[in-house]
Amino acid sequence: MPSLIHARGLIKRFGDFTAVDGIDVDVQPGEAFGFLGPNGAGKSSTMRMIGCVSPPTDGVLRILDMDPLRDGPRIRARLGVCPQLDNLDVELTVRENLTTYARFFGIPRATARRRADELLDFVQLGERAGSKVEPLSGGMKRRLTIARALVNEPDIVLLDEPTTGLDPQARHLVWERLFRLKQQGVTLVLTTHYMDEAEQLCDRLVVMDGGKIVAEGSPRSLIEQHSTREVVELRFPTEDQGAYASKLDGIGDRTEVLPDRILLYVADGDDALAEVHRRSLSPASALVRRAGLEDVFLHLTGRTLVD
Amino acid sequence: MLTMVLPKLVSFEGAGRRSASVAERNVTALRSAYWVVMLGGFLEPVLYLFSIGVGVGALIGDIELPGGRLVTYTEFVAPAMLASSAMSGALSETTFNFFGKMKFMRLYDGMLATPIRPFEIALGELAWAMIRGNIYSVAFLAIMVAMDLTTPLRALATFPATVLVGFAFGALGMMTSTVIRSWQDFDLIGAGQFALFLFSGTFVPATGYPLVLRWLVELSPLYRSVDLIRGISLGSVGWPQLIDVLYLLALFAIGLTIAGHRMTKLLCK
Repeated sequence: MPSLIHARGLIKRFGDFTAVDGIDVDVQPGEAFGFLGPNGAGKSSTMRMIGCVSPPTDGVLRILDMDPLRDGPRIRARLGVCPQLDNLDVELTVRENLTTYARFFGIPRATARRRADELLDFVQLGERAGSKVEPLSGGMKRRLTIARALVNEPDIVLLDEPTTGLDPQARHLVWERLFRLKQQGVTLVLTTHYMDEAEQLCDRLVVMDGGKIVAEGSPRSLIEQHSTREVVELRFPTEDQGAYASKLDGIGDRTEVLPDRILLYVADGDDALAEVHRRSLSPASALVRRAGLEDVFLHLTGRTLVD
Repeated sequence: MLTMVLPKLVSFEGAGRRSASVAERNVTALRSAYWVVMLGGFLEPVLYLFSIGVGVGALIGDIELPGGRLVTYTEFVAPAMLASSAMSGALSETTFNFFGKMKFMRLYDGMLATPIRPFEIALGELAWAMIRGNIYSVAFLAIMVAMDLTTPLRALATFPATVLVGFAFGALGMMTSTVIRSWQDFDLIGAGQFALFLFSGTFVPATGYPLVLRWLVELSPLYRSVDLIRGISLGSVGWPQLIDVLYLLALFAIGLTIAGHRMTKLLCK
């Protein structure tokens, strides 16, 4: 079976700036695939190329085994797109946003109305059907945008930072709905810079930085490859944490000194902490936790603020 | 042969259907008290007709058409008001509203994620502008018939001409919207539109100007529209009107093509 999305050496340039610098990607049917990376890593540019609204500068890109340049309308007919910024139609009601959007796909009016009602129930907006878009909360607007992306019963749903800017309740509701879609066999492709989101939703992901893919795998395998099993976070009662770094030599695989704490990447956190105490070091606080995707991410893309 | 032609026909059919869905969106949005705007667009030419055509006309007396025929000043001005109302109806929808939808509502970003292509958005928005403009035109033609400024039969014949005028200016407006950068530029469009309104053989025959100025006037799109509509509604159609039709068709084709290209450039980066 051919991949739903197949990219080889995919490049996107804007003038002198290279946003996407030769990436290889394959997304299989039914998969939840994530693009993870800091702002400006090239995630959204990649999504726009996959969504067939931005022509690739170079490289191979096939979507649903078709060519985005030649078959744009036919491909887009089978995609659902949830953009980073909500672009709902503020002159229409909640329900009209769905029925009108369905018409853009050539869906008959009666079918559009039925599907709109089903989808409003699915994203728990049934009671707001007749409301205008403007007074909706951020979480509601995002759910409506997701519902809109499903109106054509797409084969692939593209979600660009689906929960950025939402409060915890709203995020969990969105995740839960996306998880249900995944269980129904819908292929999800999403970008995020939230590690918990990637761990929750993605079967497989790539980490992007500076337009390139710097790592690829399942969340679990990425953590195994690029981090230790556990992390010990130590805070010493001093201005200069770095002064303690040398005293921690030899504990764990890797040490990272931050302005407010020191991270020890270790196989066994409790063993490492015991060793710290044996060296008569007494941190003000010590936390042993399992390594997460965030550790991988920061290790691979660095801690420097991008924008 | 059939296999070569058929896919093209089918794809054109799809384009027409998709453009229609863009216009349909505007019909759905219309329900929110938009009719106030519609009423304003209709009232403007009617007010001009009464104040200048009837009022000032009483002081001026008759006007001689190029063919030598004498008409009252109201008869002379009415077709010009019809033409300029078709122009402003088309322009208001394709400049101010179109620009707002493209840049601020991000409406077209959403549409382009569906099978709709930029050119189809342009076509759909234009079709919508035409629906709106033509409602003005029909109402104004009815007033002209009621005031005995034209005959019902000539009014019927004039209608397709106002549609053509609308399409040409709609395409021109859309092209302009894809080129300008900010709301401030709309002041320029407004000024240009008002200049056209005053100097396109609307209130004064073009023959009243010095030769050089007259050529300039005769090149203006509104002059061509006024000439066409006046010719038909006053029953004095001739070869010059064929030039008008060709001119307006060319304006339509060029405007729409450039608008489609510019939209692709702006929205499909």
